[in-house]
Amino acid sequence: MTRKAKFVVWVLALYSVLLAVAAALGGLLVAGQSPADGEVLYRVLAERAPALAFAAAILLLLCLAVVRWLFGEYVTALHALAEQTGVVLGANEALRVSTQGAPEVAEAAAAINRLADAHRSLRRELDQRVQESGARLEVERNRLAALMSELAEGVLVCNAEGRILLYNERARSLFEAGGASASAAPVGLGRSVFALIDRDQIAHALEKLERHLRPGDATPVTRFVTATAAARLLKVRAAPFVDSSGVVAGVVLTLEDVTGLLGQEASRRSLLQALAAGVRAPVANIRAAAENLAAFPDMEPERRHQFVDIVAAESQVLSHKLNDALREYADALKASLALEDMRAVDLLSGARQRIEATLGVKVELDSVDDGLWIRADSFAFVQVLTFLAGRLREDYGVQHLRLSACRDGQLAALDMGWSGAIVASDALSLWELEPMQVGAEASPLTLRDVLERHGGEVWCQSSGPGGARRALFRFAMPSVAPTPAPARAPAAPRESRPEYYDFDLFRGNDLTRALQERNLAELSYTVFDTETTGLEPSAGDEIISIGGVRIVNGRLLKNEVFEQLIDPQRPLNRESMRVHGIDASALQGQPAIARVLPVFHHFCEDTVLVAHNAAFDMRFLELKEASAGVKFAQPVLDTLLLSAAVHPAHDDHRLESIAARLGVRIVGRHTALGDALLTGEIFLKLIPLLAGCGIVTLGQALEASRQTYYARLQY
Amino acid sequence: MPKKVLVADDEPSIVTALEFMLRQSGYEVMVAHDGAQALQVLASFAPDLVLLDLMMPLVSGYEVCQRMRERPEWRHIKIVMLSARGRDVEVSKGVSLGADLYVTKPFSNAELVAKIGALLKDA
Repeated sequence: MTRKAKFVVWVLALYSVLLAVAAALGGLLVAGQSPADGEVLYRVLAERAPALAFAAAILLLLCLAVVRWLFGEYVTALHALAEQTGVVLGANEALRVSTQGAPEVAEAAAAINRLADAHRSLRRELDQRVQESGARLEVERNRLAALMSELAEGVLVCNAEGRILLYNERARSLFEAGGASASAAPVGLGRSVFALIDRDQIAHALEKLERHLRPGDATPVTRFVTATAAARLLKVRAAPFVDSSGVVAGVVLTLEDVTGLLGQEASRRSLLQALAAGVRAPVANIRAAAENLAAFPDMEPERRHQFVDIVAAESQVLSHKLNDALREYADALKASLALEDMRAVDLLSGARQRIEATLGVKVELDSVDDGLWIRADSFAFVQVLTFLAGRLREDYGVQHLRLSACRDGQLAALDMGWSGAIVASDALSLWELEPMQVGAEASPLTLRDVLERHGGEVWCQSSGPGGARRALFRFAMPSVAPTPAPARAPAAPRESRPEYYDFDLFRGNDLTRALQERNLAELSYTVFDTETTGLEPSAGDEIISIGGVRIVNGRLLKNEVFEQLIDPQRPLNRESMRVHGIDASALQGQPAIARVLPVFHHFCEDTVLVAHNAAFDMRFLELKEASAGVKFAQPVLDTLLLSAAVHPAHDDHRLESIAARLGVRIVGRHTALGDALLTGEIFLKLIPLLAGCGIVTLGQALEASRQTYYARLQY
Repeated sequence: MPKKVLVADDEPSIVTALEFMLRQSGYEVMVAHDGAQALQVLASFAPDLVLLDLMMPLVSGYEVCQRMRERPEWRHIKIVMLSARGRDVEVSKGVSLGADLYVTKPFSNAELVAKIGALLKDA
């Protein structure tokens, strides 16, 4: 009811009540009177009718005035109060409500104003707190990032679904493909960890952790060794972290490259053993002969000669053995030089200290580019510089050196300069080949060994104008990009995608007869899944991630996977982010779908496509086929429909329900790759079950899917 | 009658030295240059003690030792193993296979003679 209508109703109501009262009074006056008196009364009333009408009009005006006053003081004032309060609450918390109207209303207004004041100061305090803790969090985050980037171990943090939430540079480099093998999946935020580490190993580790995760116990840790796609051996330490309710929310994986370590340790041990065994026999021979010589000084000369010869010959054998062992040790050492990324300036200041301390040669450090990084074994490299400084001092009397470094195209150039003549190439090449000796300290390595290990070269050249009086050694070696700091991504809660049907899926009438008749167990498949911005491709929703894995000869090839994030080139909405947990920053700089689809098309060439609720994913792919210039013409199988064909009595064919039914452990849902792997395992379990229902060939499976599809449509 | 010692080692240097030293100490000495020869000599020479190198061609010292312990007529012969390997596990293996003494190369002539004397006096 509008305010005006309400006003009219109130006036009329009041007026009617007053009129009713007047009429009742009149009725009381008339009741009980004799008809003659009544007649007199009617006459009097009729005579006074104008006066009565006038009184009624006055009464109406009076009612109007009273209601109007009441409205002004209470209804309108309260209404205004409510409106202003709404503004204070919603838009402008600095506004204060006006205190017009009846005293009671004014009182309420004052109370509301006090409440607004309290609300405002509370809000300000809250904002300040939020800002403070935000800043603190930022500091902590930076500290954590710095800490992680400094760790020699690789660190991967992933949530219970296997999505990577946090990683450091070391972890990324550990999983980097070694050149030729392009199948290695990269580490990245929001990517699935199962592309990197075998799913079963993580599942097994998680199981172990969950078993040991009892309240009060120390945080359990489990370890395993795994091989990467680039054939590195990693020692993995997995520790869980729990959410507030004590459920495992994710796992921290610490990674250590033990490929080299194991080999190094073994070769060092065998070297020592071989040395001990090899030396014992000749020493025994020498000792036995020598002791005879000493114990029997008067033996005949011929005998004596024999023993002296033995000592001479065996001593030579001993020397050879020792030399061999040392050479082998040098080789092992050379291979084990631990190259690490470091700033050139750090290396040179280390060298300066060392040279000054051991040789007493004065060293100046100048013009070093701060951002110049090299990959070096700092100990060996400092030894090289010190060795050369020592030779310069001894052979050329150099007492003052100058160290500098600069970028030279793709290379880093480290210079050691001095005033004086240059060192001839012949002399330098001799120095390069002798084991480095500095003071009392000797290395089995030569300068050449160290250079080769670093992929570097050294030469001597004159420098400066005229060039005669100044010379320098230049070390040229590959420069590397500085190590970037790691970043983060949010967690992802779970939710299932609704079923989605598309009749087009069952095209494929053009399949060759031969393919139709192939046995399901012997075909190659690409099992895939997509994550999308939403559920309606026709309304502009886009793919943001594709994960795929191949099945060949009945085996899920977990090392041959496809995983790619895609820039959807449109904003992400909140609901879908809750499903896939990928935020916009993770997609920045990723390729667009038109570039990804040809690569994926290549990945699944000559295979049958398998997906859960495949119509959904195929619809998205098909809409992009034209712009990407590819066509997914291969047959498609849907695990949802196949499951329904095998178990028609069940009506729940969601991925997780089928997994539970078939005994497939669910790890890593809601990443495209995680879901693809799960779907793959389910598909492999479905093949024998389908055979039990007489569905053996691809053609039969497609036909069964078609029938199941129609059957499900009827519900 | 002098006690008889068989020296079985493929290295001429050590054999020469051991042979000389043992003769000087009053033993009758025979020499074998590999394991197979050692087993042949054992039958004809019937020594009281064998100095057995472990790393011999044809038949290893371990093998010779084992066969000696299998034959009743050879079981009483003392065996001193000479080896260039001295890890605990290797010593343990030698003693387990039947050696009376396990000596790691290099050794002292005087000590070895003293130990041989002690072993033969017990017999």
